[in-house]
Amino acid sequence: MIEHLPALMIAVPLFGAFTTPLFKKKPRAAALWALSITAVTLCLGILLVKEVTTKGMMIYVFGASSPGLVLPSGYHVPVRIIFEVDAMGAFMALSAVLMSFIGAMYSYSHVKFETGLEKYYALLLLLEVGILGMVLTGDLFNLFVFLEIAGISGSALVGFRNYRGEASEAGLKYLIVSAVASLMVLFSIGLLYGEYGNLNMAYLSTQIGFNTVDIIALGLLFTSFAMKCGAVPTHYWVPDAYSEVPAGINPTLLVATYASLYALFRVSFSLFGKVTLTMSSVGWIMSVIGVLTMFIGVTMALVQKDVKRLMSYHAISQTGYMLLGVGVGLTVINDPAKMAAFGRDAMAGGIFHIINHIIYKSLLLMTAGALFYVTGTRNLNEMGGLARKMPYTTIAFIVGAAAISGIPPFNGFASKFLIYETSYQLNPLLAIFAMVTSILTLASFVKVFASAFLGPPVEKYENVGEVPKPMVAAMLILAALCILFGLFPNIVLNKLVYPAVDALLNLSGYQTWGGVL
Amino acid sequence: MSWLENLTLTSPSGYWNPVLWLAFLIIFAVIGYIVYSRGNRRYKPNTEQVKPFISGNAVDDVEQIRVRASDIYWGFMEALKGYYNVLMRMHTGDVRDYILWYLGVGAIILFILVGGV
Repeated sequence: MIEHLPALMIAVPLFGAFTTPLFKKKPRAAALWALSITAVTLCLGILLVKEVTTKGMMIYVFGASSPGLVLPSGYHVPVRIIFEVDAMGAFMALSAVLMSFIGAMYSYSHVKFETGLEKYYALLLLLEVGILGMVLTGDLFNLFVFLEIAGISGSALVGFRNYRGEASEAGLKYLIVSAVASLMVLFSIGLLYGEYGNLNMAYLSTQIGFNTVDIIALGLLFTSFAMKCGAVPTHYWVPDAYSEVPAGINPTLLVATYASLYALFRVSFSLFGKVTLTMSSVGWIMSVIGVLTMFIGVTMALVQKDVKRLMSYHAISQTGYMLLGVGVGLTVINDPAKMAAFGRDAMAGGIFHIINHIIYKSLLLMTAGALFYVTGTRNLNEMGGLARKMPYTTIAFIVGAAAISGIPPFNGFASKFLIYETSYQLNPLLAIFAMVTSILTLASFVKVFASAFLGPPVEKYENVGEVPKPMVAAMLILAALCILFGLFPNIVLNKLVYPAVDALLNLSGYQTWGGVL
Repeated sequence: MSWLENLTLTSPSGYWNPVLWLAFLIIFAVIGYIVYSRGNRRYKPNTEQVKPFISGNAVDDVEQIRVRASDIYWGFMEALKGYYNVLMRMHTGDVRDYILWYLGVGAIILFILVGGV
């Protein structure tokens, strides 16, 4: 069974997505079914990570019994769809399966009064399929297909509460933005296919000569994935989508956003990895966009009064840290001395920040969802004194807020620590912006804490209480992960993050499918 | 001490150890408690002592004197009014502008890459 893990990672949630509508008349059963499917996928994800980190890259070929069969005699190019799972892909897959499970658990209570829940859970599982496909595939066209699956299911979920005009508008905006980005990705794939007659990323990476057409393809792929991951100044869709999507979907939608970031890294390090000299300019572009993203994101967050919109702007801001960390690594990719001195650690900081951010931002968006569940509003001006009524949500919020602000010993600190130090070595100004952003992040969450949780009790919330147990459990699991990842960062770094960084840097390993070719 | 070293996250020019951090936290918590325990013993909760005093005027409704979220950091926003005016003009909420920004950024990136800047 182990050798079929990459395929099962897609097949199980896909099966779940198509069978969930059968529970149309039993929404509770649909919720439990989706929860079970995400739990099974989580177990498969853990097995996949274990397999990849202990035995190396996994290659799975569709339509052949072994990877070698993708090379028919006399025609030595791969023609079949291949899943190429290295440590970076496995790392992203683990984030996706974990957050889908947590999201399904939270949704069990959070959306129980909504109608059309069978569609909700089917779409949640489809979104998971889209993300997993994007991070596991080794085929460029396949990447586009899964990007589309994630985009369409994501936009349907953003507009799920279609009785709210804002949700329908946000869903439509997300759909348009996703469609434009996907169209340009498809156009770039067409350019590369037209030139090299192949869609396998590993094969293409060996062939790319970096002529003008290749540069146009790189530019379009870079811009499209940058927009899909919410980089400034193409970030405008993020607050719309994150604010309106039900809080139980926020974790998975967050991973979907970072699946595009993964695609951006894959394009930069693997597909175009051969042309290292030009990629250092791409690294500078990535770092500068990262700084702009973190600063503009946080300053916009500071002025928001809608709690979910505020947190959405923080999601943009935190994406900047990831772009900065990996951008610093990409900038020094053709300088082995600098790469060894700080480039690898910078990339580790950026990639570690992905999972840290997924954990604490999901937690914070869930606490925002809990506030909405209890008060029926997202307006911070109308909240106050809720700490007494919602003690567990308050604790979860404090942990999440401390983690996102980079306060030790929570997980955000560990990755930011690496990013500050390494970006300083490239250019001190980058580190200064990163630190100022952290201070403003803390200021922003102090505002949320003071307005929603502290202060005298508000009369109309006199009779409210803590949110239901499944929501509390989901939040506390994430809060515990924030603390554990912060207390033992070395374990996560050594077991998950550095293997992922090395997988990105090991171009020859990727090009030869881990030595199979 | 290898378990302690295992917990140490080293970076290019420093290190972070959560156990040391916790040790410092405990030390400062003890210092804090000592300061607290030497506080004013005449303090009595739930008496007139703890009521807000505003020039001797009666304070009726505490809910009305809350500092609301929109008012927090008012000074910061006022000081950066010019910056925020630009930011607000960028965030129109119009999906056509979203696509225009995408096209603009794409054009700049292509210019840099093709032009070899």
